[in-house]
Amino acid sequence: MSSCRLLQSELKLWTSGRSKWTRGLNEGIGWSGKTFLSTSCCPKVCIVGSGPAGFYTAQHLIKARQDVEVDIYERLPVPFGLVRFGVAPDHPEVKNVINTFTQTAKHSRCSFYGNVNVGKDVTVGELQQAYHAVVLSYGAEGNRRVGVPGEDLRGVYSAKDFVGWYNGLPSCRELSPDLSCETAVILGQGNVALDVARILLSPLDILKKTDITQPALEALAESQVRKVLIVGRRGPMQVACTIKELREMVNLPGTRPEMVAADFEGVPEALKVVRSERIYGRSLSAVADLPRPRKRLTELLMKTAMEVPGDKELERRKNATKIWGFRFYRSPTEIFADPSHSRTAGIRLAVNRLEGSGERAQAVLTGEVEDVSCGLVISSIGYKSHPIDPSVPFDSRRAIVPNSVGRVHQAAGLYCSGWLKTGPTGVIATTMNNSFDTARSLLEDVDSGTLDISTAKPGSQIVSMLLEERGVKPVTFSDWEKIDSLEMRKGEACGKPREKLLTVEEMLKVART
Amino acid sequence: MALVTALRRLAQVSLREFSRRSTAVSWGAFHTAERSFTTGAQPLRSDNKVTVHFINRDGEKITVKASPGDSLLDVVINEDLDFDGFGACEGTLACSTCHLIFDEEMYKKLGPVTDEEMDMLDLAYGLTETSRLGCQICLTKSLEGMVARVPESVADIRQTKDGSA
Repeated sequence: MSSCRLLQSELKLWTSGRSKWTRGLNEGIGWSGKTFLSTSCCPKVCIVGSGPAGFYTAQHLIKARQDVEVDIYERLPVPFGLVRFGVAPDHPEVKNVINTFTQTAKHSRCSFYGNVNVGKDVTVGELQQAYHAVVLSYGAEGNRRVGVPGEDLRGVYSAKDFVGWYNGLPSCRELSPDLSCETAVILGQGNVALDVARILLSPLDILKKTDITQPALEALAESQVRKVLIVGRRGPMQVACTIKELREMVNLPGTRPEMVAADFEGVPEALKVVRSERIYGRSLSAVADLPRPRKRLTELLMKTAMEVPGDKELERRKNATKIWGFRFYRSPTEIFADPSHSRTAGIRLAVNRLEGSGERAQAVLTGEVEDVSCGLVISSIGYKSHPIDPSVPFDSRRAIVPNSVGRVHQAAGLYCSGWLKTGPTGVIATTMNNSFDTARSLLEDVDSGTLDISTAKPGSQIVSMLLEERGVKPVTFSDWEKIDSLEMRKGEACGKPREKLLTVEEMLKVART
Repeated sequence: MALVTALRRLAQVSLREFSRRSTAVSWGAFHTAERSFTTGAQPLRSDNKVTVHFINRDGEKITVKASPGDSLLDVVINEDLDFDGFGACEGTLACSTCHLIFDEEMYKKLGPVTDEEMDMLDLAYGLTETSRLGCQICLTKSLEGMVARVPESVADIRQTKDGSA
């Protein structure tokens, strides 16, 4: 359409010999290069993964150069990665970033190809042949194992799977977590752990208005879980969660907090740090407060655990039917089975003490142990990236693709962004900056000539051919919009923002209509 | 709040598109003509406007006029100010990307900060004692001439934690 008109005007200018324009063409400025121009081409970039990392990288590239074309490949028929499958159902505002991603996807120089499994349907090597640059942004689909006996018992799940289950990730549909017990133990004290605790204990009235899946809602309606312990190996000053999520737990209707006073010994004193430094031979003493975020978080935690509440709060707590609390200085050593049902019946926790203080404090075993009865154990100790193609360098110790500012080591033309680049921590804004950085590296490389764009590349033309030969039919962005509309219509019928389709088959069926 | 912001923005986007198209064509001529109008009385319409200065990440000062009641995020969007990644959650206190820094005097004029805003501000890169989230600051005439600095979102591009050994 518009590119055809551009083609015709290019031809006219070329043949009329206006040197200013032909110079412009030779420098590759502002024209979408077609194959008849052998001296300049539009850079074609392929991005693997359509979560925040993929989309923010695409957005930055498209904005920075008028000639870059970006193709985003995604394994599932639906885009947006963890924004769709990770962000908690009761945090819909966090999902507003989908609007900016949608804008990017619908840009004339961006194309989305869903239902394409990179590593299986097409190799990274083939993508590198087809594009000037390939950016790996496929995130972390696995999880760190706790590594204790009993981890594979029924009733023990990774937070990644549990979250995937209540958020409708197709591969987690059959999880069917057993919620027929009174006590649940969550290992880990980050925001994902708090999300899990909150979803386990939230009143149904709140959950039923979110985009949580129908099966999850039904399972939670039958849930007998009344007490959730959020267990960490270090102390209150090392919790990895942030204050917004903690405040949500404190204010969760129908629940009350219950913690161990002894866990907070030394915390009031630690809220002020005395530092003595020698600088240029002079010694300086300073009483420095903790950074404000850590200080406010610790203060809220202390207040919740230790302070005697006012009458109104006392009354609220008296009427609460569910309990939650952090347990500190505890590391799991074994998960026990209920002899008659081969499901979990309890967990053995080793007692720790801290060596050092602050972020660098280390948990050291004391030799003591404590057993906790529970029927549900959810490990929330970190997501983990997997290698998807043997030709791509992978650091298995850190579970990331080795890189410098997004440039993959020993692999020209290969970049990475998001959790695959830095490890699986950080909120969407962190990933955004991370992705912009990778895009900047790529653009620098184009400018410096490190990334050679002098030869035209076929891009999606050749990849589409390969996929067709292999019987793979990509899902376009407008196909996704059919799925999107259907989900929202279904949701409207039951007072939810959307009712997610739960299988790849259903998604593809709708996409093909 | 989010819905109102969204609706307002929707209305303004269509207006903006129109005005951008008409100004683009005659930009050159318009620019030179504009200078001759800067002295003398301002048209009555602009009495209701508040002047806001932004300092972008390159240290450049950008001056715009906005309406009382607009949030600073509204202003950034309406004026098409190109701050990378600004306002990701669209003003719903679910991120910290509209982080702005003020001088002490102006900061005091901005009034008290809610716990909700403070909680998200705590996540902002380069947090200072005079930081606020732009989506929570609504303009009034008393804030005329305010200067808001857009901080770096990472310390230095070269120092981003990048997984290298």
